[in-house]
Amino acid sequence: MSKPKLLLATEAIAKSYGPVTALRSVDLTVRSGEIHALLGANGAGKSTLVKILAGVQPADQGLLRVEGQIVRFRTPADALHAGIATVFQDPALIPDLTVAQNLRLSRIDMARFRDGLARFALEELDLSALVRELPLETLRVVDLVRAVARQPHVLLLDELTAALTAEQAERVFALLRDWKKQGRSAVLITHRLAEVMHICDQATILRDGRNVAELAPANVTEHQLVEAMLGASLEPTSAASRSKRPAGDTLLEVRGLTARHLLQEVSFAVRSGEILGLVALEGQGQERLFDLLSGNRQPTAGEIWVNGTRCQFRSPYDAVRRGVVLVPGDRVIALLPNQSVQHNLATPLFGKWTSWWRLPRNEEPQVQRAVAQLSIDTRAAAQVRRLSGGNQQKVVLGRWLVGGFRTLLCFDPTRGIDIQTKHEIYARLRELAAQGAAIVLYTSELAEIGLVCDRVLVLHRGRIVDEQDASHATESSLLTAAHGLEAPV
Amino acid sequence: MRSSTARNPKNSARPPQNWLAENPLVALFVVFLGLFLLTGAVQPNFLSINGVRNTLLQAAPLGILAAAQTALMLTGGIDLSVAMIATGAAYVAANQSPNGAGVALLAGVLVGLLIGSVNGVGVALFRVNPLIMTLAMSGILLGLFTAWTQTVLAGSTQMAPFIKLLGGGAWMGSVPYSVLVWGGVTLLVFWLFRRSGWGRLLYAIGDNERAVRLAGVRVWQVRLSAYMLSGMLAAIAGMLLGGRTGAVDLQLAGAFLLPSVAAAVIGGTSIFGGVGGYTGTVLGALILSVLNSLLTFLNVGQAIQQMVYGSIVLALAWGYARLMRRSGA
Repeated sequence: MSKPKLLLATEAIAKSYGPVTALRSVDLTVRSGEIHALLGANGAGKSTLVKILAGVQPADQGLLRVEGQIVRFRTPADALHAGIATVFQDPALIPDLTVAQNLRLSRIDMARFRDGLARFALEELDLSALVRELPLETLRVVDLVRAVARQPHVLLLDELTAALTAEQAERVFALLRDWKKQGRSAVLITHRLAEVMHICDQATILRDGRNVAELAPANVTEHQLVEAMLGASLEPTSAASRSKRPAGDTLLEVRGLTARHLLQEVSFAVRSGEILGLVALEGQGQERLFDLLSGNRQPTAGEIWVNGTRCQFRSPYDAVRRGVVLVPGDRVIALLPNQSVQHNLATPLFGKWTSWWRLPRNEEPQVQRAVAQLSIDTRAAAQVRRLSGGNQQKVVLGRWLVGGFRTLLCFDPTRGIDIQTKHEIYARLRELAAQGAAIVLYTSELAEIGLVCDRVLVLHRGRIVDEQDASHATESSLLTAAHGLEAPV
Repeated sequence: MRSSTARNPKNSARPPQNWLAENPLVALFVVFLGLFLLTGAVQPNFLSINGVRNTLLQAAPLGILAAAQTALMLTGGIDLSVAMIATGAAYVAANQSPNGAGVALLAGVLVGLLIGSVNGVGVALFRVNPLIMTLAMSGILLGLFTAWTQTVLAGSTQMAPFIKLLGGGAWMGSVPYSVLVWGGVTLLVFWLFRRSGWGRLLYAIGDNERAVRLAGVRVWQVRLSAYMLSGMLAAIAGMLLGGRTGAVDLQLAGAFLLPSVAAAVIGGTSIFGGVGGYTGTVLGALILSVLNSLLTFLNVGQAIQQMVYGSIVLALAWGYARLMRRSGA
């Protein structure tokens, strides 16, 4: 094997947005034939670094080298030209065009593209389908395959696997292994440490806008990675806090909830003080279930009971009035990007038109309380879009601390969030339950079930196929059930 | 914007370009002052109490129409029927003037409320695109009033004396009543935008309607009420205009449609919603008013006036957009 050469290097890259410094000084070196993990808590500067490497934004200071040559990217096209192809966190495809039309815009070698799709068992994909009609998971693969078809030197993958099934993620890893055999490299941004241990050769860890460590994952444990990211040792969530709680009244109950072919006869109840976990593989009807519970859509059959009263939720308004509130999976749909943290948090206070005439006197203290409870970083509080992802997620949750609720529906609230914020959110959820709320938590991270939930339901093909006590549930018992299999005897 | 400057005392240490970007209203005020002095240079008489009064007098109906436009633009909507609503309301007010000014004013406002409600129902409940809804409404109104001027509205086209006083008269001979009305509207709009939950929702809906819906707000109610307010404000502006000219015709407010949008855009309100405010719009209306005087004094002929006017509006809107982008998007 030839000596690996430096493909991509940054030297003391820095970037600020107004008063907020995103990157102080980052040195990153990616050698040929290397899968390089870029790790860090939310707000550490990963997304900013990606934007700079992809040519979306210029750095304020510092140098960028590709194969030793100093380069300066003015546009994303410059980065592509230099051999850096990026798969961004959100699909970079135009929703109202077909897949084929999107590809034509980016002048992709179609033969290579089809080969790529075949690797993901998507050779049947209809290229004349409108992008917006395809599931997110497929779009992520299309994004990846398109980037690969450009045959860049370096692939930048930002949270690619977050939206993929385990099966597709495994195919991504297989592709990356072949990729590095060709002497090419990839930079992987992910919160899934198992992936890092599994596939990455090197890991650069960012903290507070600086690179604080470069490690070979093979030589360290996951815990050591986490500690490097946090800059502190990890405290285990205490299991004691959630034992021996009296079971409260049933706050939310559904009976025989059905939505076309997506949901079949779903029945369950959740009591005050309880966190009910929900586990499912992608696309088993969990999105629709949350849509029905939050009033976003109506069921074709079945009943929703709140506090012993049967309810019809014709819109989120009806659900919110009954105290059933949603923290959606995609935080972007619940944020007002150009408004301040305070205005975002206070939005639920104006639900009724009788509250339109003035601002409530207790708005400010209520907002302050939510900010303090969730320890929201308010340095960039004038516009929520300037906050980091983890902080934005806290704002989405904080809306309901201000607005008030009885039953909280959380759809994968910790997706794409750093581990520290995750633990903060778990602790808040436990606290809310202890204060008498009922919580329904869907999560794509099975480890969360044991940490936060009391009971767990498993959804498979629109049916509840299993119920387990969360303290006894293991990742393997949940995965088995989620695949629709019986537990081995 | 306001809150960020208040919370960041460090701003003063930053370069002037950034400072301007954080305080775009100051930049706008400087433009207004510059234009005012330039106009004074062309026509020295303009630099007087009279010049100021004329500027305000011209800006008043425009400022009120632009208030309607601003409220809707904040939600991501627009009202291209404001000019026709204004004309129609003035027509009805003139028609009712023989019954007294009170009846006439009430009838005019009701016309605005009614047409605004129809716009609002179309946009908020039937989800018609606001551009299409209000443009179509404008066409329908033009047709209706053209027909009605020969029939149901065939009576008086003269405004009642009190409305004439409101539109053209001055309080104690110095402060025009229409400017006082504009002042009242301004106070109302400031209160609505800054101190009411409804105002919060205008911004919020323009920023992300789905987030507002998920927060348990019935968005259609906010949109409908915004169009109702827009209709009423347009009616008030129309009656002031009618009062100033004394008699009404179908071209009464037609020339104000584009300036009403331009004043809001120059003032920094985004047509995509969620960003902006009425202070900027007021400055925008004042700038357009001075610009009008300047072009009149230059005596260059209608065609060139129109072109210069259009170019300056374009330049201001573009400059403002650049300034805002620098403030960090």
